[in-house]
Amino acid sequence: MTRMAATRDGYGQALLDLADNDKIVVLEADLGKSTKSLHFRKEYPDRTISCGIGEQNMLLVGAGLAASGYIPFASTFAIFTERAFEQMRNGVARPNLAVHLCGSHGGTHTGTDGSSAQSIEDLAVFRTLPNVVVMHPCDDVSTRELTMQLPDLGKPSYMRTARNKTPVLYDGREDEIKIGRGVVLREGYDVAIIACGVLVSESLKAAESLAEEGINATVVDMHTLKPIDGELIDSLVAQCGALVTAEDHNVIGGLGSAVAEYIVSNSYAPLEMVGVPDRFGESGQADEMLEVMGISAPYIARAAKEAISRK
Amino acid sequence: MTKTITELEEIARKCRVEIVKMVHRAQAGHPGGSLSEIDLLSALYATRMRVRPSEPDWFDRDRFILSKGHASPGMYAILAEMGFISHEDLKSYRVLGGVCQGHVDMKWCPGVDFSAGSLGMGLSFGMGCASAARLDKSERRAFVMIGDGEMQEGSVWEAAMAAAHHELGNLKVILDRNRIQNDDFCEEQMRMFDIAAKWKAFGWNVKEINGHDMNEIMEGLDFLEAPENCHGPSILIAHTIKGGGISYMENNPSFHGAAPNDEQFHQAMVELGEVKA
Repeated sequence: MTRMAATRDGYGQALLDLADNDKIVVLEADLGKSTKSLHFRKEYPDRTISCGIGEQNMLLVGAGLAASGYIPFASTFAIFTERAFEQMRNGVARPNLAVHLCGSHGGTHTGTDGSSAQSIEDLAVFRTLPNVVVMHPCDDVSTRELTMQLPDLGKPSYMRTARNKTPVLYDGREDEIKIGRGVVLREGYDVAIIACGVLVSESLKAAESLAEEGINATVVDMHTLKPIDGELIDSLVAQCGALVTAEDHNVIGGLGSAVAEYIVSNSYAPLEMVGVPDRFGESGQADEMLEVMGISAPYIARAAKEAISRK
Repeated sequence: MTKTITELEEIARKCRVEIVKMVHRAQAGHPGGSLSEIDLLSALYATRMRVRPSEPDWFDRDRFILSKGHASPGMYAILAEMGFISHEDLKSYRVLGGVCQGHVDMKWCPGVDFSAGSLGMGLSFGMGCASAARLDKSERRAFVMIGDGEMQEGSVWEAAMAAAHHELGNLKVILDRNRIQNDDFCEEQMRMFDIAAKWKAFGWNVKEINGHDMNEIMEGLDFLEAPENCHGPSILIAHTIKGGGISYMENNPSFHGAAPNDEQFHQAMVELGEVKA
């Protein structure tokens, strides 16, 4: 049976695994229990700085630490990272200080807290900042691997993690995870589904249902939205000739936009974008929210057929 | 780093000349807040900052963060006076490709420790620098200059609360209390009531001085450095005059962000003793 885990747990584990590097510091804004930085705090209280419920301050304390030779990892809910957007813009990205920001509880999949906690625009806004790497991994293993690579990145990053458990896809495949390189999880020749985060496993489900109808889909985990893996997109266009993107994020500005921006000036193919249809969420269970938003496996399968019909 | 009061006053006078020249040359910029802060910056850099102008990135230097980053001419003037940049560099103020960007920028100018320009950010950055120094068990300090209008940004108080909570005795703030902000007098824009009481209530060591009196400034800097004030963060509330030193700019909100014309420039040079009337 498939192991289930939440990406935020991969983040928490990675911080612990990184702790031997005494330049690693952790910043919290009263949500360490939720983002999972609490494990680091427990073991390394001297290298954990509580910023209270003050995200703006947290980002710039991180900038000051980064400018002084430390490698700060700051986390809060994805939605609250947005409150500190201008701090990230002016105080972190502009001077290119390697502060690593993690926004947990991203997307409508967050569930019953409702729309105030369901960030659907974080990937879009951080993608617009020069110097910032943007990631949204799909399972705890890849989250851990990507986080482990951040100290060597040398520039700021934003990573969205999710609250709820999803199927683990990378047990034993850790070596395949590299920042900036998408991963082909399933190979087909009729259509390529490019997904991130919680919709990667939904895309695999969609590919299975498509296979029953004789349609063979490639499924890619595009865990890094910026820089987008253009080389891989080129090969998907050449191989499949039709693309679908899938994300638990506003259809404006996220992964779909990143792929569209790439293909319009490179190798063109019809593209269908599955994402939150420019509306806010509501309270509901994670699986219910994917249905309400029209982004679950059946919707991805339908979009795949639409993309193929436009070839 | 001993300097007489007369020597410090002469440094500040020379910096005032450069401030007015920069803003006049660029026909843009922020003279008012540069002139109000310059006596403080002169004393701080000439007598307290542990820095190496020939080695601006020296790791164990004190950090200085001009959070009111638009008041950059004052910063550039003292950096030139200290030898971080040349006086020729001052001509690049607001010029494409120039070391002296419109707002102070750590990526462009040696000696600038933070890219400011958006108000309410410097104190948090300074808290990060102070936290790093503590982790390193280093003696280096983080000095931050903020403006009074800037205190209307809520993020200032996030940082004020956090720095006191973490007892960052190596974090030293100087408030340039010049009473004027972009649109008008601060009291018209947003009344501030008892500023000293606010900071005390947040857990800070507080002292008020006249920010244009070199003797008082030196006493104020002594206060910031006093061992008994190094168990938590300290703030020097320096009462200043916006545009201080140039008669027609003093207490004149229109010189927050406006350049003098040629006639006004000449008058300023006369008032600063650079040319005869």
